[in-house]
Amino acid sequence: MRSKISAFGVHAVLTAYTFLAVAPILLVVMNSFKSRAAIFGAPVAPPSAATFSLIGYNKALGAAHVGWLFFNSIVVTLVSMGFVLLLGAMAAWALTEYKFRGSTLLALFLSIGVMVPIRLGSIAILTMMRNAHLNDTLIALILVYVAQGLPLSIFILSEFVEQIPKDLRDAARCDGVPETRIFFEVIAPLLRPAIATVAVFTIVPIWNDLWFPLILTSSDTTHTITLGVQQFLGQYVTDWNAVLAALSLAIVPVVVIYVIFSRQLIRGVTAGAVK
Amino acid sequence: MATLRIDKLNKAYGDVQVLKDIELAISDGEFVVLVGPSGCGKSTLLRMIAGLDGVTSGDIHIGERRVTNLEPSQRKIAMVFQSYALYPHMNVRKNMTFGLKFSGMKQAEMDRRVAEAARMLRLDQLLERRPRELSGGQRQRVAIGRAIVREPDVFLFDEPLSNLDAALRVSTRVEIAKLHRLLGATMVYVTHDQTEAMTLADRIVVMNQGRVAQVGRPLDLYYTPANLFVAGFIGSPAMNFFDARVEKKGPGSVTLSGMAFKPFELAATSFAPAVGAKIKIGVRPEHLGSPTPTGFQLAGAVELVERLGETSYAYIRGGGETQVVAEIRGRDAPSAGQTVILGAPDRELHLFDEAGERIAAA
Ligand SMILES: Nc1ncnc2c1ncn2[C@@H]1O[C@H](COP(=O)(O)OP(=O)(O)OP(=O)(O)O)[C@@H](O)[C@H]1O
Ligand SMILES: [Mg+2]
Repeated sequence: MRSKISAFGVHAVLTAYTFLAVAPILLVVMNSFKSRAAIFGAPVAPPSAATFSLIGYNKALGAAHVGWLFFNSIVVTLVSMGFVLLLGAMAAWALTEYKFRGSTLLALFLSIGVMVPIRLGSIAILTMMRNAHLNDTLIALILVYVAQGLPLSIFILSEFVEQIPKDLRDAARCDGVPETRIFFEVIAPLLRPAIATVAVFTIVPIWNDLWFPLILTSSDTTHTITLGVQQFLGQYVTDWNAVLAALSLAIVPVVVIYVIFSRQLIRGVTAGAVK
Repeated sequence: MATLRIDKLNKAYGDVQVLKDIELAISDGEFVVLVGPSGCGKSTLLRMIAGLDGVTSGDIHIGERRVTNLEPSQRKIAMVFQSYALYPHMNVRKNMTFGLKFSGMKQAEMDRRVAEAARMLRLDQLLERRPRELSGGQRQRVAIGRAIVREPDVFLFDEPLSNLDAALRVSTRVEIAKLHRLLGATMVYVTHDQTEAMTLADRIVVMNQGRVAQVGRPLDLYYTPANLFVAGFIGSPAMNFFDARVEKKGPGSVTLSGMAFKPFELAATSFAPAVGAKIKIGVRPEHLGSPTPTGFQLAGAVELVERLGETSYAYIRGGGETQVVAEIRGRDAPSAGQTVILGAPDRELHLFDEAGERIAAA
């Protein structure tokens, strides 16, 4: 009886939280399919036959460079994610597997990155990029996001690397497998669920980031979608249809990537390795 | 195929000396079993031979090659782990060929070796399965197969059977013995299990606290243990030990006395300890039987009897509160509360001096 009540309590809290998290998104998506009058007339009503309108999407997709914005966002996010995962997994393996001079210090240095937000270094980053002639390029964004994502990814992946049975590595060494191949063909496949987790953690903040595109990019061809949406928000008139439609579209890629990785999150790949 | 020689091998982790001056020479095709209590350094020694851990000092030779500083892959060894350590994301065939790829071996040769190993280990039907789709015994056979396809000079096994259930352990043990005969390869095998050690080994190495306590053929260890440790370690239930004192040394005999047994005369023309020396007498439970009037003889009350069918173990409290275990064969085991008189023939008595070394009494 008691456990039933507490289970109910837990579910009530989780449901409330889910509602809080999902409601704004739902509101955005719903209103993106409504006419301007309906958005203001009844903001929380779902679109009906009378109020349904695709004008927002027409405008958003009609804007000349929306394709560019999407392309930029996807490139920046995926390339950053790729580097964060590759370098993160390699560093996690190296730091747990090899004890070399300064390895503890290095691990400590990297964990500082988990605690200190990278935005504190915005000015320095800006100067650095300018000096390197990288300002207003996607490369600048990618570099910043890799630096931002690495510490946490190393931190999480190290935990998982620790759990891989040491016998596997020893068996591979006896088998004459070169160290790099041990990492890529034995360890990395076993890290897949962990890598999926880190991937989700990594891409969401990159995709949603407004700050670094704002300070590091200045032309339409390098803006990301999150920043690009802002141009529909005018000083005097705001094209709410277009804003909501663009925002709705911006959610789609993140959801797709999440769905792809969430399968991996659950899968226990190590079953059968030992015992 | 090759010999294996270990010279003055030491290993320390920080301040902890794990292996101390290990000397061992293993001949070509020999099956050597390492036994010893938990933590005595068996796995560490195996890992040194494999090259998975560096030595602190000393040398390892495989055949004529000095391998002390070589990588595991260059030593021509193959190791089978207690946890099997199969690559979980590869099927059985790939598990076996994965390592071979890197030696630049031709596909045809790999296929031949896998087919041969699979036939030997009855894995033919399982080649396309993943490890998680195999039973424990099958996984262990795959692990052995992965070692076989490397055609190594030396096979290393670290407690390969200890995750299997009792019945499977017996059958896999027999298979390993057959495999050894078939391949004629040099094998070093670590185990906790006495039966495995006694049945598989050409020679057993008993280790204690990082040292080699004795090396010998299984029956030599059983009949002439070199010291108290080996005497107590080999044999199950363990040997009984009695405190004794040298009372008298005559020509051709010594008289021994103690709390637990009747003083008796032991025929011995050479006997090192002096009169008055404290020694220990060891008698195996299976050698305690009906007494002879002049030999070793003890009396005690039976406290508990374990009946296993064919044999029974009687736990006896002898003189001086000594605990004695006797193995009694057949149906006529005593029952608890009874007083029994047991004896043992001279040749089944093991004598050890104060330092625990065997006393040669002849
Ligand atoms: N990497 C290490 N660092 C420090 N000490 C270690 C390390 N590996 C082993 N030891 C120590 O070395 C000793 C011997 O360990 P080892 O694993 O060789 O024992 P073992 O004889 O194989 O025991 P078991 O029968 O339990 O497997 C132990 O006391 C262990 O604590
Ligand atoms: Mg061990």
